[in-house]
Amino acid sequence: MSERPESGGSAGEGVAATDEMRVVMTSDDVRRALSRIAHEIDERTKGADVALVGIASRGVPLARRLAERLGDIQGREVPVGELDITLHRDDLRLKPARPLLPTRVPAGGIDGATVVLVDDVLFSGRTVRAALDALSELGRPRAVQLAVLVDRGHRELPIRADYVGKNLPTSLRETVRVHVQEADGADAVYLGHEPGAAPITTDESSQS
Amino acid sequence: MKRHLISAADLTHDDAVLVLDTAVQLAAIADRPVKKLPTLRGRTVVNLFFEDSTRTRISFEAAAKRLSADVINFAAKGSSVSKGESLKDTALTLEAMGADAVVLRHGASGAPYQLANSGWISSVVINAGDGTHEHPTQALLDALTMRRHLKDDVGDLAGLRVAIVGDVLHSRVARSNVLLLNTLGATPILVAPPTLLPVGVETWAAQTSYDLDAVLPSVDVVMMLRVQSERMNAAFFPSQAEYSRRYGLDARRADLLPEHAIVMHPGPMNRGVEISADVADSRRSVIVEQVANGVAARMAVLYLLLGGSEPPASTEESA
Repeated sequence: MSERPESGGSAGEGVAATDEMRVVMTSDDVRRALSRIAHEIDERTKGADVALVGIASRGVPLARRLAERLGDIQGREVPVGELDITLHRDDLRLKPARPLLPTRVPAGGIDGATVVLVDDVLFSGRTVRAALDALSELGRPRAVQLAVLVDRGHRELPIRADYVGKNLPTSLRETVRVHVQEADGADAVYLGHEPGAAPITTDESSQS
Repeated sequence: MKRHLISAADLTHDDAVLVLDTAVQLAAIADRPVKKLPTLRGRTVVNLFFEDSTRTRISFEAAAKRLSADVINFAAKGSSVSKGESLKDTALTLEAMGADAVVLRHGASGAPYQLANSGWISSVVINAGDGTHEHPTQALLDALTMRRHLKDDVGDLAGLRVAIVGDVLHSRVARSNVLLLNTLGATPILVAPPTLLPVGVETWAAQTSYDLDAVLPSVDVVMMLRVQSERMNAAFFPSQAEYSRRYGLDARRADLLPEHAIVMHPGPMNRGVEISADVADSRRSVIVEQVANGVAARMAVLYLLLGGSEPPASTEESA
């Protein structure tokens, strides 16, 4: 499951990782991974009506960049949207009520389109489950695919990604943090132990 | 954010902006094919109405249903309350039924406060209007409407001048609005005949005036209050016609307003008394929009108070 800002706390901290976090993807790695994913989407969807939908918050800038690259490849404007899944989460009642982020339907809607959901980290799969529910309230896509920058394993639901930037074997004690240019000033992926991290669990709420 | 919403003063500046921002996101689902979210599934919201108020009740009901809560409507008329049951016993009944939130409308000022602080129930209490005291969700929907028209839907209401005109004495809407407008940085101006301003109004954080024509050219919002004849057991003005002539908003007065100014009314309107029909239906009027914003603002309050394990943490102390 991806690291949400409220649990990862990565927003606004710049790129300075703690001593216990190490860089596993540099900004060049991120750029190359996104380019490759864009080409894979082009190849696998064969020019179908594709729309990209980023899962808030870190998935949104990644979806915009993928849409730009895919647009360059296909020579057309690729519609991009954003999805806030807060109201569909299964752990909503385990934490104080959270602020909502915007949900924007891609131009032209998603009915009949091939929607590629984009997120930063795939972990338990619960975020993606919530995103599928949220998506079904916006319309009926012809197909839904999933693109993630990092797959760190430890799935708790039968969900897999169609496009993966990097498969990252992790232990449950570890934390993955994705920084993006738009929100954090630079692209990077970190892996390590949060100082004072809570005991082992895949529930992201314990990772704050 | 406090656990209950009893007064508009319970909300700090950041709390109020959070409610408005949340309402903006929740308002978007009104345009979707499926106008429902699973967020409050399995939660029970009781609308406990000791006074008739169809519009407030259906607004809360629509808000709770869009968030998938179970809604129980408890109207005092024809219920055990008319057989002499006390608020306490009604509350204990609701507690036994497992209500997660009680939306209370009561003729007595302070009834929601008592319900929230008596220890009778463990549920969240939301004030839907108590006596002549407060109606905080009305102030929130009014703020949402003002922000949408005059502040591009972001931030607070800093610098806005808001005339609140008419029966301030009996108006819980006016009291909640004065509190919330101050919290959000706007300046409320109460305009009414001296008989319809409450005793001690000089201690309120609001300007007062008896002259509507003098106030109108300098305001961004004019909010007309209903003349609450059902609460008027004394002669507050000589005749309805005279009130209407001095304090009614007609086309001539509306022309005194700046170009961008909006006209609001909490409803239900007495057309021809405090507002003329042509102004109520004019381009400036946002009265119908207030109703739609009411559902969004109440969804935001229900989500923030009931959606998580507790309301979001406040970043500043309550005023």
